[in-house]
Amino acid sequence: MTNLPGDRRYTRAHEWAMESDGRILVGITDYAQDQLGDVVYVGLPEVGTMVTAGEPLGEVESTKSVADVYSPVTGTVLEKNSEAEQAPEVINSDPYGRGWLVAVDASGSALEELMGADEYQQWLEQEVDS
Amino acid sequence: MVFELSRPGRRAWSLPEADVDGPSLEELLPEAHRRAQPPNLPELSELDLVRHYTRLSQRNWAIDVGAYPLGSCTMKYNPKLSEEAASLPGMRDLHPFEDDDLVQGALELLGTLELALCEATGMARMTFQPAAGAQGELTGLLIMRAYHDAAGDPRRRVIIPDSAHGTNPASVTLAGFEAHETPSDERGLVDLGALREALADDVAGLMLTNPNTLGLFERDIAEIATSVHDAGGLLYYDGANFNSIVGLVRPGDMGFDIVHLNLHKTFATPHGGGGPGSGPLGVVERLEPFLPSPVLEWDEGAERWSWDHDRPRSIGRIHSFHGNFGINLRAYCYLRSLGPAGLRQVAERAVLNANYLRALIEEAFPTAYPGPCMHEFVSSAARLKRLGVRATDVCKRLIDFGFHPPTIYFPLVVEEALMVEPTETESKETLDSLAAALNQIADEAEGDPELLRSAPITTPVRRPDEARAARQLRVRWTPADPDGGS
Repeated sequence: MTNLPGDRRYTRAHEWAMESDGRILVGITDYAQDQLGDVVYVGLPEVGTMVTAGEPLGEVESTKSVADVYSPVTGTVLEKNSEAEQAPEVINSDPYGRGWLVAVDASGSALEELMGADEYQQWLEQEVDS
Repeated sequence: MVFELSRPGRRAWSLPEADVDGPSLEELLPEAHRRAQPPNLPELSELDLVRHYTRLSQRNWAIDVGAYPLGSCTMKYNPKLSEEAASLPGMRDLHPFEDDDLVQGALELLGTLELALCEATGMARMTFQPAAGAQGELTGLLIMRAYHDAAGDPRRRVIIPDSAHGTNPASVTLAGFEAHETPSDERGLVDLGALREALADDVAGLMLTNPNTLGLFERDIAEIATSVHDAGGLLYYDGANFNSIVGLVRPGDMGFDIVHLNLHKTFATPHGGGGPGSGPLGVVERLEPFLPSPVLEWDEGAERWSWDHDRPRSIGRIHSFHGNFGINLRAYCYLRSLGPAGLRQVAERAVLNANYLRALIEEAFPTAYPGPCMHEFVSSAARLKRLGVRATDVCKRLIDFGFHPPTIYFPLVVEEALMVEPTETESKETLDSLAAALNQIADEAEGDPELLRSAPITTPVRRPDEARAARQLRVRWTPADPDGGS
């Protein structure tokens, strides 16, 4: 029912995290962007900001609502996606690719503690049913 | 656009030549503050001007035109009697710098209104400075902070349920606190266990709307109040939904310490279109010293009302003068017209109307939490998603039936939420036709979903591109490029 690449890990708050060139890329899932609707603004932390797993790292605003984005990992922001800031519609059109939000220093984060695609899929079905 | 109607030299006014000598502009203003060129203002005749704005006003929706079931906003009728009182020259022409002795009547009106609203809420004192609900929230939270600071026990966090209005976390942040969200349980009410777990010695208080934004009364309020107080916190009442309990239950008796009211909701003063509103804030006795300054006092011996500015522990001023006086005056008229029995009827009928409407549309738009509601209910349009129809499409189509849409996509805990608040001032006939429209729209969704997706079809402006408007915000008119560009 929703697009779930197997190359990354997922959170219950509908973020994804993926290792890429020694950094962790973070974004929101296809399900999250679909629920939000047209994204019109994204607020991202500055490079160098410390983010903590489970704590808000930024926010995504759509024509429907504003949602916090919770960091899947703990670390320091190495880069933020300025394309997503300038043209937030990429979060809708390509949530797993060009719509990534921040890149975080990988050290000290345990991606395997997050959900795999199958487990997240189950969580989604459970949440939608309830 | 009024600019497009402009023709050089046309005037809507003509002033006689000045027959007195005054100082020149050069004498009045230093050069740095003088314009080099006159501003580019539209030039129109009075008739063109009147027609333009009358036409625009006719395209507006208003409570005087039709029903406005916008959930959480209490868009009830604003009685014309209150308007008449507010336009009496003795009230309308008052200047806030007037000496207290010359405006005893106006001060008495504020003093009496304070007494009445304190009686209705169970608070000890009230300030009329806040211009609307969100400013009332900020004022209440600043008082909360001042109270803990004065006790030598500064606290960091304020707890807010996940069904709360978005203004709550915003006010908490603005007041220098950290917002901590607490979940709803399967009843749609505050999860008492989770709340108790969150209550630590760094919690300044809990902000609660009762009934909550799902239109459900927080039945555990006594236990909630005890838990918050036992942890040393204060209980804040968000008055957004006071319309459903006014005259029946008092926030003070439920254990609340701070209460804001939205006079533009419960007390029938104009609402929307930029206001102004009024968000008076009441407190229990122990918080009274922290109220914004000045405070209105009655001197029994001198038989005189006056403003007390000697308030050393006050959080200070939060609004110029004494708030939006004209709005407070309208609320006073409303209160005095209804009296206590009338107010009780307001709440009872608001609840009855909401439950009647809920029952009529329950099949097509089931409520997220079953059972009776208070003054509003939250239905879900999620069933229509399989047809490619969203809550927003239902609402756009409702406009074609001559109704203002309900609030949508709020509260966030309900998927495809439609938040409906009919208020007590709508008749059974209006509720019946609103329900008939919603039920017909549900049928249309099955038979012709495209009709809903392209609605509204009867309005001067069809469906604005909300996403593009938000992404590329342009609020300033610029002349069209004569060469054909934009």
